[in-house]
Parts: sequence; structure tokens; C-alpha cells
Amino acid sequence: MTQAAYKPSARASSQHATGCTCSHCGLTVPKGMVDAMRKQQFCCMACESAYEVIHGCGLDAYYRLRDKAAAEQRQAKPTDAQRLSAFDSDKFHELYVRRLDDGLCATDLLLEGVHCAACVWLIEKLPRVVPGVIEARLSLREATVRIVWDPQRAELSQIAKALGTLGYAAHPARGGDKRGVHLAEQRAMLVRLGVAGALAGNTMLLAFALYTGMFGGMEQRYAEFFRWISVGLGVLSLAWPGRVFFQGAWAALRTRSPHLDVPIALALGVGGVAGAVNVVVGRGDIYFDSLTVLVFLLLVGRFIQYRQQRRADDAVGLLFSLTPSHCRRVVHSTDGDADGESIESVPVEALGLGDLIEVRSGELLPADGVVVQGQASVIAALITGESRPVPIAVGDRVCAGARLAGATLRVRVSAVGEASRVGKLMALVQRGMSEKPPIIALTDRVAGWFVCAVSFIALVVFVAWSVSDVALAVDHTVALLIVACPCALGLATPLGLAVAMGRSARRDILIKSAAALDRLSKPGRLLIDKTGTVTRGAMRVEAWQGDMALQPLIAEAERHATHPIARAIVEAYGDQELAAAQRAMLCDIRVDRCGVSARLGQGQLRIGSRLYLLEKGIAIEVSHGKQVSDWSGLGCTTVYVAIDDRVVAMIAVGDAVHEDAKASIDQLRRWGWEVSMLTGDERAVAMQVGQAIGLDASAIAAGVSPEQKLEVVTSRLGDERAVVMVGDGVNDAAALASADVGVSVSGGAEASMAAADVYLARPGLSGLVELIATARNSRCVIRRCLCVSFSYNALAVALAAAGLINPLVAAVLMPASSALVLGLAMHGQRRPRQDLETQGATR
Amino acid sequence: MTVLFIVLPIALVLAAAGLAAFLWAVRQGQYDDLDTPPYRMIFDDDEPALHKTQQRSSP
Repeated sequence: MTQAAYKPSARASSQHATGCTCSHCGLTVPKGMVDAMRKQQFCCMACESAYEVIHGCGLDAYYRLRDKAAAEQRQAKPTDAQRLSAFDSDKFHELYVRRLDDGLCATDLLLEGVHCAACVWLIEKLPRVVPGVIEARLSLREATVRIVWDPQRAELSQIAKALGTLGYAAHPARGGDKRGVHLAEQRAMLVRLGVAGALAGNTMLLAFALYTGMFGGMEQRYAEFFRWISVGLGVLSLAWPGRVFFQGAWAALRTRSPHLDVPIALALGVGGVAGAVNVVVGRGDIYFDSLTVLVFLLLVGRFIQYRQQRRADDAVGLLFSLTPSHCRRVVHSTDGDADGESIESVPVEALGLGDLIEVRSGELLPADGVVVQGQASVIAALITGESRPVPIAVGDRVCAGARLAGATLRVRVSAVGEASRVGKLMALVQRGMSEKPPIIALTDRVAGWFVCAVSFIALVVFVAWSVSDVALAVDHTVALLIVACPCALGLATPLGLAVAMGRSARRDILIKSAAALDRLSKPGRLLIDKTGTVTRGAMRVEAWQGDMALQPLIAEAERHATHPIARAIVEAYGDQELAAAQRAMLCDIRVDRCGVSARLGQGQLRIGSRLYLLEKGIAIEVSHGKQVSDWSGLGCTTVYVAIDDRVVAMIAVGDAVHEDAKASIDQLRRWGWEVSMLTGDERAVAMQVGQAIGLDASAIAAGVSPEQKLEVVTSRLGDERAVVMVGDGVNDAAALASADVGVSVSGGAEASMAAADVYLARPGLSGLVELIATARNSRCVIRRCLCVSFSYNALAVALAAAGLINPLVAAVLMPASSALVLGLAMHGQRRPRQDLETQGATR
Repeated sequence: MTVLFIVLPIALVLAAAGLAAFLWAVRQGQYDDLDTPPYRMIFDDDEPALHKTQQRSSP
């Protein structure tokens, strides 16, 4: 999606401005496309056809709405016809389409580029664009659309194509089962919330009457009646929505791990039983108003936290939909004709052993296999961490998940799914996740000794009062146990965490578990993957020095070479227009081992490595040396361009280190983190990158296999200091899953995103710094909440021990303390950036 | 004030009815998406025929 966002600006700057903007996307229309005869102008064919569809269906209101929403305008993007055909395959229907009772079909599609109200309007008008679509409902937050259509009248591929024409590339929404579970869970929580709220409200009303009666006097039969109804509502509240606290406490006791649910369940249990007994006996206080409100408020806090967590989890899950799930299978027709083969698009799940598949340049290999036709290079950065491409030819084995570069290959499938190398790594991930010790959050740890302290005080109070009156001692002890419930804390912690997670999500940091924030707040050991995490993860042109006019010429010459460096240059400069006269000057292009040479008019153009130029007897001036060493410091290789015997330009190509990497790592070290780098790449490359980000040789482990990464992580676990793994590839997934906290970074493999606790949806390491700043900040907030909450508890316990508490005092104290702590939790959160600045200013 | 013995149960029944309506709405999925409906309601209903098809509740 980032690429899509960058593209328009690149276009706009590369083409000459004509002062005319595209009627659909608002970009400048290139000179050649301007048609003076028309009112509407378009920057490309795709925008024109998008406009035609929208206008033709009488949906021009879209442009009005969009202008009102002042949203970013986007270019139309046609969807690849190959990919579309997959939408109609049987396997696709089996996987993603539900049949409704009335013969209609329904499916969820993830759309790219949904962002504003106008999108909702346009997409939900889909029934007018494609006849046969009955209904389209967009969920703006998830960017998914639920489509109900009549299979007799429309094919799904037509629908996907129409969406693509409008500018929303459609993908099947994967991870549906998980989202279904989340949805069911959210509904269950809402039900509990509603019930708890209704019961609390009604119990409060009764309590008002009872309190008034306390002062003004009340006939005994009414008081009795009110108390009986209170107990009914209260017990219902404890037994239905309140059950979660008893279940949580029971689970905590069974596993002998402290949990905040234990003191809560203690208060609820004691209060409920004592209140019920008092009503039956007809004397003493009842606390059901406080108890029901307590249940309600705690559930509110948990619900909000759950929503934030689910939001992050779903967002990451939906990203999987963007990874290709289809591949091309070569099918031989049955009539024995030699030319009778065709290519069909099938879902990856439908691949079988021995199938012949075609993989094109730039695509990911869908399965393990042996090359039977073609010659190319594979970049296995996501699987092994090796950033440099490896050449492969017929007979070589290739792994699923590697990216193909250079040419089209035909591969005979030798292993699919769980049997492939990636599949085996995924099994390790599963194991890592199940064996990972649960993180005990700060509040839960505190809850452990809190229970002990309260029980001890309760015992002392009971003994002290029972000297004079046993019945009175029971009353005071019950009151103490109820008011000692850490309700403010139980409410404030989830809310504080939810606020932190929500703020992070807006800054592209998706936190899937709140416990991860707790672990990240104290300095620990940070293990960083190199390729794709510290570096960008792909070969590309990083810098250019020399005459810009040469760029299209060089791209033209490099078009003939298949080396990844050549491809990176073509990618960078290949779309610039080359004048016909210039093209004519370029002839006799020859591709050598380390370079390309061509005749350029009267001169000889040579593009290649230092070695190549030296071989040809071209001297490289000393003045270039400084630039080259700067570039190699960033991990780049320099490509020289010479005309005759003079170097005229230099290009830095490489898997460059992110600009923010060094600053980020320095900041983390200042906070006391121990940073080291783990990479599957060669030692030399690793050292170069290590130097660029300021790591010592001792902190770098190179040539590490995925299994070894896992070993390194597990060997460091079990210590006070948290082990945090940051990575992007399949090779990091197992390590991410077993580390205390796994952080997966933008552009990473599906496996690593699923295994990690946090997903940084933007490139670079600055997100990591922000994440840790947020964690530190939220720890401060939680500490503050702890202090206030415990001061309240201490006060309430002291009052109860002295026998001065009654239900009215408790009913006033509890919401007051909750409100105070809530205020702290919500407003105590500083924005991460401000936090960073203040941190910097104090140093 | 004996009317309380009748009025209070009636009040509780009314509360239960409200609660039942809420639970029904939750189970219908009306709380599943809280982000899109605020936008949906600002669109003008310029096509009554189309509006009808859109009123189908999501399956």
C-alpha cells in the first residue's frame, strides 16, 4: 500500500506539468494525454474508465462527496486479469464464499485504498454498477466489504473487476474464522455489559430509596421488600456477568499465578454471601449497589481494552489477504497435442505434489520444488535472511516464500503446505507460542501480595472485634473485605492500556497483547534481525551522482542485463522517457560478467563495478573515493558509469540501512537496552551493517539459521530481563513466537506477523523507539494509578477496621476513587513524540 | 404506598424489556461495526428504489 501511495507523486514530478488535472484522481495530466476537445481530462486509461463507470451509472455524486470529505484522491488501478480469474475457481468458492438460503452467495473482500465517507457511498452503490449484486456493505474500519450477489446473474470476478476499476483492488479477506471468533467474543462481552449495566442501574435506584430511609425513616415492610429485590438483582449480577471474575480467579488459583481477579472475586464473593445472609436474617447491611456497579465498571474497562487488542489483531490478520494466495498451474490438455497446454490460476491450497507451476519475475514461490525450465535468481531474504540474490538454473531446488527475480521459471512442486520448509518453520512457531511462559503483568504481581495483606488485616480486625462482639466482628470484617477490592485499579489499568494501544495504532504500531507493553517498559535484551529490519530488505538504487540526463540511457543499456543490480537500476530510471535521437545513439550493447558496455554516438559507455572499469583500463579518481566509502558505510555497492576513459556518474545500489536505524539504536541503548543483531546473511555484510548502526562485532551473529535464532532466543529466556526479538522474515517467526515480546516490522512475511505480539506497520526502527517510549509511559501511568488506588484502599480499610464504614460511605468512596484513577489513566498518557522530545531535552 | 408492591415489579419488567431489546440488537450484529454507520447516515437518499435494497439487514 505504501508503494501505491508513493507512485502518484513520482508520476507527478516526472511528467511535465501542463496545468491540467485529471478529472478522476486530481493528478497532473501528462502533455500527451491532454485532449483539448473534451471537458474531462484523464492522466491514464485506468482513471478514464473509472470515470466512465461512475459517470455512466449516474454516480457523479461521488466526486461531490469526496470533495466535501477533502480526502486524498486516488488513482484508479486496474486489477490483473490473471488474478481475477481465480475469483471464479471452485476452490475459491469453497474457501471464501458462503451460500445463502435463497440461492444467493456472500463473501467478504478486503479492499485497498478505502479511506473516507465517499468510498462508503460509492462502494455501497455497487448494485448499480454490476447488475446481479444484491448488496454491498462496507466496514470502514476493516476496509472489508460484504457482498451478496446472485451467481446466476454475475460472476465474482466481474464484481472484483468493477471494484478494481473504481480504484479499490479486491482481495479475498483471509483469517475469517479468527475474526468470527473475535466477533462472537465481543458480542458475548457486550451481552454481559448490558446485563451488568441494567442490574447495576436498578440496584442503585433501590439503594437510593434505602439510603433515604436510613435518614428519614422507612416502614419495615418496604425496606424488607427493597432488600429482597436488591438481593435478587445483585445475585443475578454476580452469577451472570460477574461469573467471569470468579472463573478468572479460579484459573489463577489453579495455576498458582497471581491475578487481579483474585482480590476482586474475594470481595464479590464475600459481599454477595454476607449480603444474602443479612437479607434472609433480616438484619445488617447489604452492599449490592456497590457490588453491581463494581461488576459493571470492571466489565467496561475490560471491554474497551479487548476492543483495542482485537482491532490490532484483526488489522494484522487482514494484511495476510494482501499476500498472494494464488499461483499459476500449467495444465496439459488431454488430446496429446504438444502445444496444448494452458495456464490456470488456482489458490495455493489447491496445489498438489508433482504439479507444474509457472512463477514470474517478482513473485513469491508458492511451494517447494525443483526448477524444470528457465534460469533466474531467487532472493530468499524472507526465509534465510540472505539479502543477495542466488542464481538458479534447471535442476536446482527452490523454497516456498523466496522471491523470484529476472525471468519466468517453471517449477515441479515437491512439497506443499506443512511439508515445505516454510511449513516446518511454522510448526516451530506453533511450538514456540504454546511453550511461551505467560507474562504476569505488574498489576497482577501486585495483586498477589495484595490478597495476602488484606487477608491478614481482615484476620486481625476479626480477632480484635470478636473480643467484644462476634456478630459485630463479622460485619466489620465483611465490610473491610468489600471496600478493600482494588476496583479503581481493575478499571484504570485496562483503560490506560487501551488508550496507549489506541494512540499507537494511529501511529502505525499495532499492539496485539497488552502484556507486551508491560514487558517492554523495562530495559532488556533486544535482538534485531538485519535484512528488512535494519536494512530495507531489497536491492535498490539509493543514490546517484552525476548528470541526471544520463539516467534513461543507462536504464536502456542495463535492460539487457539480468543481474539484480541491473534490475534495480532499470526499476529506478526505466520509466523516464528516452528521446528517439538518444536511443538511436545507443548501439552495440554488450553484457559482460561485471558490467555492460555500449557505443554511445562517438564514445564508449561502460557501466559496471570498480573491477570492471579497472579491467578496461579506466582510472577512478581519488575524489570519488570519499563518496564511495560513505556509500559502502551504508552497505551499498557502487556502480560506476564511464564514457570513454572518464567516470561521469556513480550509482549506489544496495540493501541500504534505514536512515533512522542508528539514531533509534542509540536511543534504545541510552534507555539501557542491550542491543544485538542476528542475521542469516554473510558475516562481511553483517559487519558492514553493524558498523553503520554502531554495533560491536561481539554483538553480531551472522550466518544464523532460523533454528539457531530460536535457540539463541530460548537460551536467553527465563531471566528478569525481557528478551525482545525484532524481525520481518519467515526465518524470524519461530524466534519471534518464543521471545518474551516479538516485534514484526513492515513488509514482513505473514508468518512473522502472526507470531509477533506487536506489528510495526511502517518501515524503519523509529517505530520501535516509539513503542518502547509508549511502554515506559504507560508503566508510569499504571504506577500512579496503583498509588492512588492503594491510598484509597488503605483509607477504606482503616475506616472499616475502626467500624466506621457503612454501605453509604462505601457507595460514595468507590466511585470517587474510580473517577480519580480514571482521570489519571486517560490524561496521564503523553503522546509518544512529546515523550521522546522531553527525553532528549533532559540529556 | 402499597402501590410500590405493584409499581416496582412493573418497573423491573420494563427494564427487562429494554435489556431484551439490547440483547436482541447485539445478537443481530448491530454493534459489530461502529465506524461505518455514522458516515452512512449522512448520504442523501436520492434513489428511493435503491434505498429499499440497502435496507436488508446484513446476513
